[in-house]
Amino acid sequence: METRSIKLVVNGRERTVEVAVSHTLLDVLRDDLELTGTKECCLVGECGACTVMVDGRIVDSCLMLAVEADGAEILTVEGLAQDGQLSPLQQAFLDKGAVQCGFCTPGQLVAAQALLAGNSNPSVEEIQEAMAGNLCRCGCYYQITEAVLSVAEGEH
Amino acid sequence: MTTRLVGTSPNRVGGFGRVSGLQEYVADIRIPDVLEAKLVTLDCARARIISVDTSEAEQVPGVRLVMTAADLPQPMPRFGPQLEDRPIIAVGETKYHGDPVAIVAAESKDAAAEGARRVHVEYEELPAVFTVAAALDPAAPLVQDPSLRPNDRLASTNVLREHRVGWGDVDATRADLVVENSYSFPIVTHFAIEPHAFMAAPDGDGIAVWSSIQHPNWLQKILAKLLGLPLSKVRVYAPDPGGGFGGKQHTKYEPLVAFAALQAGRPVRLILSLEESFQAARRAACEINVRTGLLADGRISFQDVKADYLIGAYTDIADRVVGKGSYPAAGPYNVPAVRIYARSILSHTLPSTAFRGFGNPQVNWAVESNLDEGALALGIDRLEIRLRNLAHKGDAFIPFDTPADGDWDQTVRRAADLIGWNRPLVPGRGRGIAVGIKSGPTTGLSYSTVRLLADGSIVVLAGTSDMGQGARTILAQIAAEELGAPLDAVTVVMGDTAIVPYDQQTSASRSTVLMGNSVLMACRSIQSQIRAMAARLHGVEESHITVDRGVVKLPDRELTILEVLTPGLGRLGGELTGNGEMRKDAEPDHPLSGAPAFFEFNCTAVEVEVDEGTGDLTILRHVTVSDVGKAINPLQVKMQDEGAAIQGLGHTLMEHYIFDEKGRIRNLGAIDYRIPTSMDLPVEMQSETIENGDGPGPYGSKGMSEGALLCVAPAVAAAVREATGGVIRDLPLSPERVWRALQERGERSTDGRNGR
Repeated sequence: METRSIKLVVNGRERTVEVAVSHTLLDVLRDDLELTGTKECCLVGECGACTVMVDGRIVDSCLMLAVEADGAEILTVEGLAQDGQLSPLQQAFLDKGAVQCGFCTPGQLVAAQALLAGNSNPSVEEIQEAMAGNLCRCGCYYQITEAVLSVAEGEH
Repeated sequence: MTTRLVGTSPNRVGGFGRVSGLQEYVADIRIPDVLEAKLVTLDCARARIISVDTSEAEQVPGVRLVMTAADLPQPMPRFGPQLEDRPIIAVGETKYHGDPVAIVAAESKDAAAEGARRVHVEYEELPAVFTVAAALDPAAPLVQDPSLRPNDRLASTNVLREHRVGWGDVDATRADLVVENSYSFPIVTHFAIEPHAFMAAPDGDGIAVWSSIQHPNWLQKILAKLLGLPLSKVRVYAPDPGGGFGGKQHTKYEPLVAFAALQAGRPVRLILSLEESFQAARRAACEINVRTGLLADGRISFQDVKADYLIGAYTDIADRVVGKGSYPAAGPYNVPAVRIYARSILSHTLPSTAFRGFGNPQVNWAVESNLDEGALALGIDRLEIRLRNLAHKGDAFIPFDTPADGDWDQTVRRAADLIGWNRPLVPGRGRGIAVGIKSGPTTGLSYSTVRLLADGSIVVLAGTSDMGQGARTILAQIAAEELGAPLDAVTVVMGDTAIVPYDQQTSASRSTVLMGNSVLMACRSIQSQIRAMAARLHGVEESHITVDRGVVKLPDRELTILEVLTPGLGRLGGELTGNGEMRKDAEPDHPLSGAPAFFEFNCTAVEVEVDEGTGDLTILRHVTVSDVGKAINPLQVKMQDEGAAIQGLGHTLMEHYIFDEKGRIRNLGAIDYRIPTSMDLPVEMQSETIENGDGPGPYGSKGMSEGALLCVAPAVAAAVREATGGVIRDLPLSPERVWRALQERGERSTDGRNGR
């Protein structure tokens, strides 16, 4: 199997990792770096469970080859809390009831974080559109929107 | 006085792990030396397996095991929750698209996938049946070998079982109008975001198995039997599933992975792809014919319902779904004469299993829609016809069963008020209203252990699965409430059969009621121990002491539990332990083997607008009101209720499997099988509860997690009809189908047959 050494900054920490050229960023995060917070579901870029930020842009990590991320800064769900303290968005997800089974939650959180980074005051419609790539089968969509709004409005 | 927790909505217990990425689902658990497994399947549904050549696969570097039917005990062991008809792996022939022929285990996922590609199966495709009509054709090939069902008169047909329930004499009952129509409900799938995941490892003289399953104990029982091991040597770990919805009920590939691990002598894990999960669990399709007899004043005089459920090639729990789902087909109404005839029909499709609503949404779609047809024909308001027929609390609406256990008309009136039923409609819009009912658990057995530790903190051991419904939080709230501890001092341990006492299963919205009562009972046992302690410490007769929700009341003062516990336990400390056992035994003479512990009752009302050019629907408002008895955690109740409603919108608006002529699912996976996204929601959704404290669960609670899904489809279809005049009797109400119905307007207006 052909491999290459890549450098990533994952959640602020520099990592050098030997990756198979055929492996996705998701494979490397979960299997090589053992950051299993990022979830695997559809593998075709439809469900959003594997959403991470790459150099500030949201990416379905199942669709990006790891070698394409060489040199990039990656943010995963594990990078949201600081020193064991949940971020305002994470806390808002709990307070507003935006989490049920939790399997889609890491992707939802990263997508929402990216949305707020680019638009600190989104409307309901903008939130729903920005989050449309993140499926939640438990059906927490209204609560997710509410959580994002509450952070934008400074409630959290 | 301690703060009351019941009726409040603290943060979810286990929430920190879920938002921080630290929660471990099965696929996240890392154990040393594990082999990755991949299934080998064929590109068709039914085929005779001529030969399986594993030699090339075995040469792939990293491949450690290629297992086929020939490597398993002979005759092939079979299992199933109802009938033991499912082999561990396909033997002789495959029965459906996705039925595995071999499993490859290797040092890496890549090697396993490569190995699976290099297993060469020579096979001959065989004639197969994928629809009710094809399965019932007298010349149809049999899905199951008749030898699997000895002494069964239906064994030489594709009808697995028939279910007949009824009362009164339908044929002799007068009606001023008889409305007869046929409806269909397609195959849909659970699409939990966590695909099914399994792992097994040899464990000394036994085995450890991890599964994202909704009932570790039932799985343990099945594995012990298949492996010939005592229950104590099969340790099942069931980490919180990432969504269940019924799809993670019942054993699927755990036996296969267990045999693979034993054969390899190493841990083996099989993480299904989403596509493979689609091929592992789904809801039964259904074709329903309904004849509703009505009197001129709108009273229902009879219901005559035939329901053919298309189940898969193996039974799984499907026949129970058919029996239990069709049983309340006449709805929550007082109907003098009822005849229900339902059949489980085998087909060469993947096994159908439990799915939120458990067979009820299918018949509800038909019967509620047909009632609207009757109302329309009689010129009676659709809300009014429901109120006129609805059972009142205490009515034996199913004569031999649990009487109506809620003020259901209150629920319906509340939903009607919220949707503004009597407000004038904007032209081009329509409203629909429907009710749904589902029998709760008919049997149950939930043990629990509650440990009150020396510092007043609490460990609850309960075998419920928290798959998102929030059982962990509810059970913690009950224990904290009863023993006067803060919620964050409660740990709930689930999902380990070596530690946690037996629980039958997490299904039928049972856990708040059955496990909740069990935990309550365990807490009561601790309370009585505290009472004895207080009596001893204070020299007071036990009969003069009460313990109420964490407060110890002595004749002259009140103490906290901890104020009694600390001196009571003394210098060595220790703990108090209470056990709970909530049992609901089977009743052999009952059609469902037991009357339900409660009914789930929901009323859904919607207002829609239809784009007549495209057939696209906008749901402007969606109101769901559920009778929950008592909301122990109102936010979680709302989340479950709305979640059920949105899942109901999935099968109402967009979801269905499409099969090709070989029985292959053409829309496998997330691109071609759509579920609701944040862009598919009603513009506004309102979820409310009716809480009269009249349930059998703690504090008067009832189960509630399925109700809001039951009657979404008939409510939406009725609204489309009112908005446009278009009549649709087949789900889903896709834009194409709505558009076609609009083109056919007028042609079908005489469908409702006028009878006696």
